[in-house]
Amino acid sequence: MAGRSSATSLEEQGAEQGGRAVTTPLPEAAPSPGPQPRRGPRRRATTVGRAVGYVVLAVAAAAVLLPFFWMVTSSLKENNQVFTVPIQWVPETFRWQNYVEIFQRSDLLTWVKNTLLLSVAVTTLQVLTGSFAAYGFSRVRFPGRDALFLLYVATIAVPWQAYMIPQFIMLSDVGLSDTLWAIIALQTFSAFGVFLMKQFYDTIPEELSEAARIDGMSEYGIWRKIMLPLSVPAIATLVLLTFVNTWNDYLGPLIYLRSPDLWTIQLGLKTFVSQYNADYALIMTGSVLSVLPIAVIFMLGQRYFVEGIATSGMKG
Amino acid sequence: MTTETATRGRRRGRVALRRSVTGWSFILPNFLGFGLLTLVPVVALFYIAFTSWNAFGTAPFVGLDNFRRLVGDGSFHVALLNTLYYSALHIPLTLGLALGLAVLLNTKLRGVAFFRTAAFFPYITSIVAIAAVWNMLYSPEVGPINQVLTSIGVDDPPGWTTSAQWSMPAVIVVGVWREMGYYMILFLAGLQTIPRELYEAARVDGASAWQRFRNVTLPGLRPTTFFVVVILTIGSLKVFDLILVLTDGGPGRSTLVLSQYIFQKGFEEYQFGYASAISIVLFLLCVLVTVVQFVINRRRDA
Repeated sequence: MAGRSSATSLEEQGAEQGGRAVTTPLPEAAPSPGPQPRRGPRRRATTVGRAVGYVVLAVAAAAVLLPFFWMVTSSLKENNQVFTVPIQWVPETFRWQNYVEIFQRSDLLTWVKNTLLLSVAVTTLQVLTGSFAAYGFSRVRFPGRDALFLLYVATIAVPWQAYMIPQFIMLSDVGLSDTLWAIIALQTFSAFGVFLMKQFYDTIPEELSEAARIDGMSEYGIWRKIMLPLSVPAIATLVLLTFVNTWNDYLGPLIYLRSPDLWTIQLGLKTFVSQYNADYALIMTGSVLSVLPIAVIFMLGQRYFVEGIATSGMKG
Repeated sequence: MTTETATRGRRRGRVALRRSVTGWSFILPNFLGFGLLTLVPVVALFYIAFTSWNAFGTAPFVGLDNFRRLVGDGSFHVALLNTLYYSALHIPLTLGLALGLAVLLNTKLRGVAFFRTAAFFPYITSIVAIAAVWNMLYSPEVGPINQVLTSIGVDDPPGWTTSAQWSMPAVIVVGVWREMGYYMILFLAGLQTIPRELYEAARVDGASAWQRFRNVTLPGLRPTTFFVVVILTIGSLKVFDLILVLTDGGPGRSTLVLSQYIFQKGFEEYQFGYASAISIVLFLLCVLVTVVQFVINRRRDA
């Protein structure tokens, strides 16, 4: 935006010739109806306001990020250097050895493998069944549809903690307790996925599917060939959120996975924390490693996180 | 004439039937899982809560016994009060900070994009890692937080997660820290739907920044605020994993909340019947609060 005002006359001319002059914003210096003398104080007030804004922003950023900073630097310290008086924010020498040792002292690789398997399976199934069901809710009109959708939405208000016991009893009865299948079953069929996809499908013009219907395409074909390709942003959001959710889930694995060779990274890390509770540096190393994949995914796809949360949140 | 309408009616019926079949075929794969793993357990909950099932034996029906026991159960009272304590502070603090930061971020400051990303990051970080870091930060003698507090002249800094008095505030701080970025994003999206012209008009009328906030921003954010309050309330009432990994309900029972009490009774003591009765309290609490919020919201709309 700031670049606009410093645009040379040549560029402006080009813009006008290109027919884009409509988008040129009104110049800031347009004569304002307000009395002239008020400009000075107001400008000073906004400068002060901006300064205060920056200070608040800086403090908030520090508050948000310091724990992460401390986590990373502590993961590179000797164990007896983690807690020093006064605080040593950055160690003099980085002890990369910690990142080798954590693999020797724990089953980190097994945990990562299990977690990755679960996250990929849950995400795939969630996106498939969720977008499929969303098509039914958004595009096929049949009796009882809206009531059914309401039922889906209503369960968002019901905390999982309230029905985890009957659910556990049922899954144990069919022999799924202490298997990875339990976690897949638990995480895959969330109402949220259906809700998110339906919100997006509702924004795609009905004419597109209508035209395809006239051309003789089946409803399944329309879902597969028209809706899926058009909903890539929504799918990206759902993929990211589901993956992160499954990766971070602690309660599900805690209740269902008893055998150590089935543990996920969260469960493993928690056990490690209670077992070696004085190995502060190594605990931080494990924490960094458990967060790292999520951090990378978040950096790559943050646009989808933010947009997805904003849109799925709005019409709730 | 009559046969014509009859065939047309039959054709319409057939079309409707085909539509139903198509619709259900799309929904069914998800609905099977959803129904079996969410709806059935919720219904089953209301049966199990009236039995004295203890995982191994049968499930004899005991009527209201479990609920009568709740009335006299000291730990249940503590858990309920702690849940309300957590909610009473966590909801307004998160709401206020999220809204404040969103308004700040909506102005044209440098570094806004960076901050938006940073503030969201705690929300997608695993609870276990968060608890590990904060427990060390909170360490009473040598932890960074108390070192900073001592250096700015606080003589007797709190014991945080090791003190029965400070453990709940400590948990609330982490809860707010973790979630404010998420709700900030929701508020930011809401702010972008308020037309700029409204602010311009208010400014021309001579409204101060505070007046613009009260009379333009807040009314414009009504739908967002409603949604945020609903989600935030349910989230606070069901708070569990954060407390489980941060304090495990302690010290003593100072941070024991409803969800954790359900977990203890159900998965540690295998009293499925009694744990289900506590679950029903949590369930009804969430539903009740949500319904009340919807009613208030509708009345204000009218």
